[in-house]
Amino acid sequence: MFDDLRDLYQEVILDHGRKPRNFRRLEEADRTARGDNPMCGDRLELFLKLAPDGSIADAAFQGRGCAISTASASLMTETVKGKSAAEAHALSDRFRALAMTGTCPECGAELAEEMERLQPLSGVHEFPSRVKCATLAWHTLNAALDGAKEASSE
Amino acid sequence: MTFDVERIRRDFPILQQAIRGKPLVFLDSGASAQKPRAVIEAMVRCMEERYANVHRGAYFLSEAATEAYEAARGAVAGFINAADPREVIFTANSTAAINLVAHSWGRGVLRPGQAVLISEMEHHANMVPWQMLRDEGRGIELRVARVTEAGELDLDDVAARLADGKVGLVAVTHMSNVLGTVTPAERLVRMAHEAGARILFDGSQAAVHRRVDMQALGADFYVFTGHKLYGPTGIGVLWARLEHQERMPPFLGGGDMISLVTLDRVEWAPPPAKFEAGTPPIVEAVGLHAAIDYVSAIGMPAVEAHERRLVDHAMRRLSDIEGLGLLGRAQDRGGVFAFSLDNAHAHDLATLLDRAGIAVRAGRHCAEPLHARFGVESGTVRASFGLYTTEGEIDYLAEALTKAREFFA
Ligand SMILES: Cc1ncc(COP(=O)(O)O)c(C=O)c1O
Repeated sequence: MFDDLRDLYQEVILDHGRKPRNFRRLEEADRTARGDNPMCGDRLELFLKLAPDGSIADAAFQGRGCAISTASASLMTETVKGKSAAEAHALSDRFRALAMTGTCPECGAELAEEMERLQPLSGVHEFPSRVKCATLAWHTLNAALDGAKEASSE
Repeated sequence: MTFDVERIRRDFPILQQAIRGKPLVFLDSGASAQKPRAVIEAMVRCMEERYANVHRGAYFLSEAATEAYEAARGAVAGFINAADPREVIFTANSTAAINLVAHSWGRGVLRPGQAVLISEMEHHANMVPWQMLRDEGRGIELRVARVTEAGELDLDDVAARLADGKVGLVAVTHMSNVLGTVTPAERLVRMAHEAGARILFDGSQAAVHRRVDMQALGADFYVFTGHKLYGPTGIGVLWARLEHQERMPPFLGGGDMISLVTLDRVEWAPPPAKFEAGTPPIVEAVGLHAAIDYVSAIGMPAVEAHERRLVDHAMRRLSDIEGLGLLGRAQDRGGVFAFSLDNAHAHDLATLLDRAGIAVRAGRHCAEPLHARFGVESGTVRASFGLYTTEGEIDYLAEALTKAREFFA
């Protein structure tokens, strides 16, 4: 009945949805931001610890959401660790393109490995009502990096 | 007339199609119902043959349109057994109707020190307008009656909140759009009136599922919305006693709601025109009239009996599904079921069901405080039934839910 949904709910996503990585508070976070998707009630809080050079030393999150938004936040925290703010913003732009269109033609070779890791979420582009679930964590990341407290995927 | 659901289904063009290669199983009628051909055709006919603005032109088409518009008012009055068609005010939807009462009656008749009593199971449409009124600094309090674990209105709590006589208006749902609970309306009317309060019912769901009778009920205000009653969007109804309409200041000002305008002075038109500023939903009124004729021909008792069968069937089938948590188990309920399934998130579940051709709603259904009350802040999936829903569709939903549970296991 649901076989064709394996593109959206790949094993990686179900796994990260059930057992999200970096799912904790960072007590000594330098940056925090809240992300809200009022339409579905998804809500997350993102914590970033910055290195002296401004790159992301650690990232973690807490909150509640569907499998897609939880998996996306989990994969994101894994992916952005060690990245500069500029790289994180670039990943964010690329990920949003991937989630909305299923491909990222302008991605190029740079950050290719990171994008590969996020690839399992590309299936979401076929589900317009679910794209925001996948992008919520990334909106929140942008907000945290820019020093804003709140992000909304509405 | 016997209730032949297969024949009824043939009246709804949209049900004839496949979604993603599977027959459409539409279980979101509580959000908005599908339209029978009779409604669609009546609206097309109105635009092709009888359309002009109403109450304005002394020519054939305008007179015909005015007649059709007023005939729709008469049909609504008949449908809810109002004592007088003038008690029927056309609005854009239920939300607009409740806002009309909150603005006009709430600001013009309620006094500082008085309170409005709502319940925890209100749709935001019957919550936010009263919160806005409370927050305007007019000294109007907002009280909220509790809902029991079974999802019923806690009548002891209602009585306690009415006891000091300060409540000027009770505004409660007649049927919850989440729990399916039908509230004991006659009893609530008595309780409100004995406490010196007026009472408004949000009948958005109830009016679709059972016969409502304004003369028997004895309430003060009753609202419902056309699009849930198999009619078009853009039209709703506020039923209000004439004595209240007389005392209520107008809400929106403009054309059609005045009897005299000079640059210094205006006089309001008599009710209900006083509350229908601007060009009204003419084609929509014609559509609503056709929808009322359609359900009346089937007969509300037959509609109700069909729904009762569906509710019993759904109760049995859903109770069999392991891990399914149903919100509310009221004795008196209609065909609306909100539930969670183990740890599957409502949106993931709705996406799965969609793939099986099943349309359900996921989220908090414009009732966030109620979801908080039941500890399901992240939302539920809601299946809601209509005239055209079959027991087979409920079986298919149950089968899909069982498979969905395996999918996420
Ligand atoms: C109980 C209840 N009240 C009010 C509304 C609002 O109706 P509308 O959106 O047509 O104004 C709805 C439906 O959305 C409802 O179910």
